[in-house]
Amino acid sequence: MYSEKVMDHFTNPRNVGEMPDADGVGTEGNPVCGDVMKIFIKVKDDRITDVKFQTFGCGAAIAVSSMVTEMAKGMTLDEAMKITKSSLADALDGLPPQKMHCSNLGADALHKAIEDYRKKQGK
Amino acid sequence: MKTIYMDHVATNPLHPEVLDAMMPYFREIFGNPQSIYEPGIRAKEAVENARASTAALINAKPKEIIFTSSGAEANNFALKGIAYASRNKGTHIIVSKIEHHSVLNPARFLEKSGFAVTYVPVDKYGTVDPDDVKKAITKETILISVIHASPEIGTIQPVDEIGRIAAEKGIVFHVDAVASAGNIPVDVRSLNVDLLTFAAHQFYGPKGAGALYVKEGTRIVPLIYGGIQEGGRRAGTENVPAIVGMGKAAEIAKRDMQKRIEHVTPLRDRIIDSALKIDKVTLTGHPERRLPGHASFVVEYIEGEAMLLLLAGKGIYSASGSACSSKALKASPVLISIGIPAHLAQGSVVFTLGEGTTGEDIDYFNETFPQVIGRLREISPYAKGWEGAEDPTCTVKK
Repeated sequence: MYSEKVMDHFTNPRNVGEMPDADGVGTEGNPVCGDVMKIFIKVKDDRITDVKFQTFGCGAAIAVSSMVTEMAKGMTLDEAMKITKSSLADALDGLPPQKMHCSNLGADALHKAIEDYRKKQGK
Repeated sequence: MKTIYMDHVATNPLHPEVLDAMMPYFREIFGNPQSIYEPGIRAKEAVENARASTAALINAKPKEIIFTSSGAEANNFALKGIAYASRNKGTHIIVSKIEHHSVLNPARFLEKSGFAVTYVPVDKYGTVDPDDVKKAITKETILISVIHASPEIGTIQPVDEIGRIAAEKGIVFHVDAVASAGNIPVDVRSLNVDLLTFAAHQFYGPKGAGALYVKEGTRIVPLIYGGIQEGGRRAGTENVPAIVGMGKAAEIAKRDMQKRIEHVTPLRDRIIDSALKIDKVTLTGHPERRLPGHASFVVEYIEGEAMLLLLAGKGIYSASGSACSSKALKASPVLISIGIPAHLAQGSVVFTLGEGTTGEDIDYFNETFPQVIGRLREISPYAKGWEGAEDPTCTVKK
């Protein structure tokens, strides 16, 4: 059902946890209908220096969260804004079709965290 | 790695004696039971012997058993067959809200075909109140269908009382006993049922073998038209090896039932006692009136499919009613109907035991389950509570 990469990121998720001093926080999803992802970012000179996540959801949701943090770390904010559902799915060697939308919220949560940061910066 | 199968409600391995009984009917005695020469006659005898032992499991007469391909077929047959046989008497059907899809979906089909269906509610344990069934009866009611035991929450329904009500009113009563028959005593006479569905793979028989008990004198329209097999009520060349397997499995289930119940019940209780010590874990279904090998829970702050995957990684195979673990991506209607909010239904897990489950398996499980919960709660944003959860409205596009 899941690719080896999904299983790897699900069983050994990277960058799990809260970030009390985050520069931006983004939450996407809803526990009623499926998954919830919360992404915390630390930003320096327009570049993401650290990312953490917390996720309520299925195996795919956890794997997607882990993958998006791994991809975003070190990217500029503009680069990170270009991460999409399909680039995440591709990086995980694919997701089952029924998981493409409801569990694939990593990019949206990351973008919300970036928007949160930019809003706080008054940009 | 050690593997522990804790999904006996999904299916079961064949009992070795069942496999032995089936083997000759694949190659040696391969005849068509409708043929009049020796191999056909012997196949026919095997089918009729299987019918007798299958009937004996539920205290029916052999001629009251119609073999089908599955429990789902038997449920479809019961609902559509009775509805169409009785439509000149009335067009109203009563089912419970916690029926299996193979009852709910034919009921919905019948609604589209001009029948009215009442879905009676259940209480927080998933129990149907027989009074609610009584109140739902109208002059038009032709059929009442209630599940005997829920595969998702284990609750056993008071089908005997509902059967009495149906009998008093002269309404046909169908019971879906797929999860119960072969696992707990099922007696069609004492339960007052007119039709009863059961399936062989739920009691160590083969998949692809089910049966519908139809009480003598009950009018039913076939689901599958064709030849004269099964008294003209279910066409199709008989699946002789599977039917033989069902008969053998029924014979063994009757023989070993008490032993099996006494084996799984204390093991199940150990799982329940241990799991309920974990913070924010609750039992679903009735605490006492439940299937002997059935333990089902809601674990807060985490999601069921993720639990299943981590447990599977530790060699433990189990089930969930969460939205994410279903292909339809919808929370289980059974959990919703017992009043579990959708976000909690996400944390559903079901463990079902069988004759192969050992005390050591339970030790390992009781050690592993809290670890898996702890691990996922470390990842969850709700580990400390549901604060901050969005409004309970679904905003995610599917």
